Amino acid sequence: MAHTNSSASIVIRTRGLSKVYGAGGTELRALSDVNLEIRSGQLTLLMGPSGSGKTTLLSILGCILRASSGNLELLGEEITALPESALPRLRRDLIGFVFQGFNLFPALSAVENVGLALDLRGATPKAARRRAEELLMEVGLKDRMHAFPTDLSGGQKQRVAIARALAGDPPIVLADEPTAALDSTSGRTVIELLQRLAHQHARAVVMVTHDPRVLSYGDRILHLEDGRLVHEELPGPGFPPSASFAAPAASHFSEIVSGEV
Amino acid sequence: MALLARRNLFHDRIRFAVTLTGIVFALVLIIIQFGLFLGFTTTTSNNIDHSNADLWIVFRGVGYFDTSRMFSERKYYEVLATPGVQQAEKYIQNFANWKKPDGGVENIQIIGFHPGSGLGEPWNIVQGDLMDVKQEDGVIVDELYKEKLGVAKLGDRVEIGDHRARVVGFTRGIRSFTTSPFVYTSFKNSLDYTRPEAKEDQLAYILVQATPGISATELKNNLKTRLSDVDIYTREEFSRRTRFYWMFTTGAGLAVLTAALMGLVVGIAVVAQTIYAATMDHIREYGTLKAMGATNGYLYRVIIEQAVWSAVLGYGLAMLIAHFVVQASEKGGAVILMPPSVAVGMLFLAVVMCIAAALVSINKVTRIDPAMVFRG
Repeated sequence: MAHTNSSASIVIRTRGLSKVYGAGGTELRALSDVNLEIRSGQLTLLMGPSGSGKTTLLSILGCILRASSGNLELLGEEITALPESALPRLRRDLIGFVFQGFNLFPALSAVENVGLALDLRGATPKAARRRAEELLMEVGLKDRMHAFPTDLSGGQKQRVAIARALAGDPPIVLADEPTAALDSTSGRTVIELLQRLAHQHARAVVMVTHDPRVLSYGDRILHLEDGRLVHEELPGPGFPPSASFAAPAASHFSEIVSGEV
Repeated sequence: MALLARRNLFHDRIRFAVTLTGIVFALVLIIIQFGLFLGFTTTTSNNIDHSNADLWIVFRGVGYFDTSRMFSERKYYEVLATPGVQQAEKYIQNFANWKKPDGGVENIQIIGFHPGSGLGEPWNIVQGDLMDVKQEDGVIVDELYKEKLGVAKLGDRVEIGDHRARVVGFTRGIRSFTTSPFVYTSFKNSLDYTRPEAKEDQLAYILVQATPGISATELKNNLKTRLSDVDIYTREEFSRRTRFYWMFTTGAGLAVLTAALMGLVVGIAVVAQTIYAATMDHIREYGTLKAMGATNGYLYRVIIEQAVWSAVLGYGLAMLIAHFVVQASEKGGAVILMPPSVAVGMLFLAVVMCIAAALVSINKVTRIDPAMVFRG
């Protein structure tokens, strides 16, 4: 069900955002004149066919890629004119990333993967470990803290990735098809975690997806085609998805998403 | 950061073994080729470097050891009469024939010196007594050449230039870079062994020691004003000229030099390739770190730490292997030298090579491609 909160603040705002790759005869326009406002406390789904510019938009919102033109504001701060050297700080302080391929460090255990995100922020090893353990408990991985990524299921890996994304307590979480590689149960766990992040922790969660199973979880659905925002949906009571996740198999599932674990 | 660097390195043991193997191979290659070069270079000037002489006086135009030309011993007395000369000794180097007990003949280089003078004497005597070369037929040879010269023990008799000779001592590790081993004897005996080239009142070199408080250069300038038809070199100058001659103007020297340079180039290439591949194996992880907000400095530190670990561990193993190779070479004709300065230099080289190779690959991470981190 859509979650609306008129008092939620705008954390991401774009004006006339465009991205062009290459030049001259090889020029490729990935984004055209994207105007967007994303509020805290909402799970925003970004949908569109392959090549529609979803990942490019996510990369620009995540300060990984620079727009060719237009403006980007994060929490009221104009980003477009900032030098390259200022971007790592923004990524650390404002944004948490969740990747489709998990992007965990195979040489580090779950708790070390999360701790690394805190190490990046200058935390002491002890503090990083304590906070990493808390975050892993929050995502229901209390018993898998010392497992290495190769010993975790897809859903567990994605939950570690979400814990890692939350390490810096960012107001924005950007997720790139986080449920695409997961089975029904794991996918449900992950989407409900992301939804909880938005609704209970007032984060702005933007999620690129092709997965029809997650549509009912979104507060807004933005459709992108040929680099343009063409349509927006606000799922409400009359928005039953044609596909949905299977009922959770694990008994602790509801506890995880309700934060009781 | 340190944790990630170490874990990335040690987590995949096969990958780590491949990395170490590459580095160890490269370092051992460089050490051996450079050690051979050093060994060859040092061998060419061994007699000069161990002479204890401050100055070497040679016939005019003789620019290096092994091409001696005899000149009158009157110069020797003029040298002795020069203020600032504490000691001067006559010295000969000349080629001769060595007739083995079984009848075979070998070419040798006779070195004639004044026993007990401390100048131009053989070193590392492991058997016999230096002063025994004062005896009419006493000679000292290196134990490396026992088989070549057909001798096995003290007292073995041979002939040198139709004169009797008897082995009275063995040295260890005095090699000749030519096929003619050095045979040490008294100056007086050496004249007999090298006739008819040598004459009673002639010599090939005058070795000079300066009075304490007078520098070699000062004495050299002083002698220059008194002596004609001779060239005067400090020990270092004569050593350098000799090494330069053999290393850069002869085929053998150039071959060793080229091999050393090739060893260095191949070694650097192997290390660069190895470290580059090891770093590129983790490129996606570095991309993720970058996306998570790691600064370039953070990434550099992780990668440099990995490179330093690789270099230090590779260096340790390489030195262990090189140690055995160097030891084994001491019993062979071509010595491989690895003085402490080279050992330390190799560590520096290993670290610099590994860091440089790692930084080349990290350059790709600093220009991060978002598709790399966003797509599985």
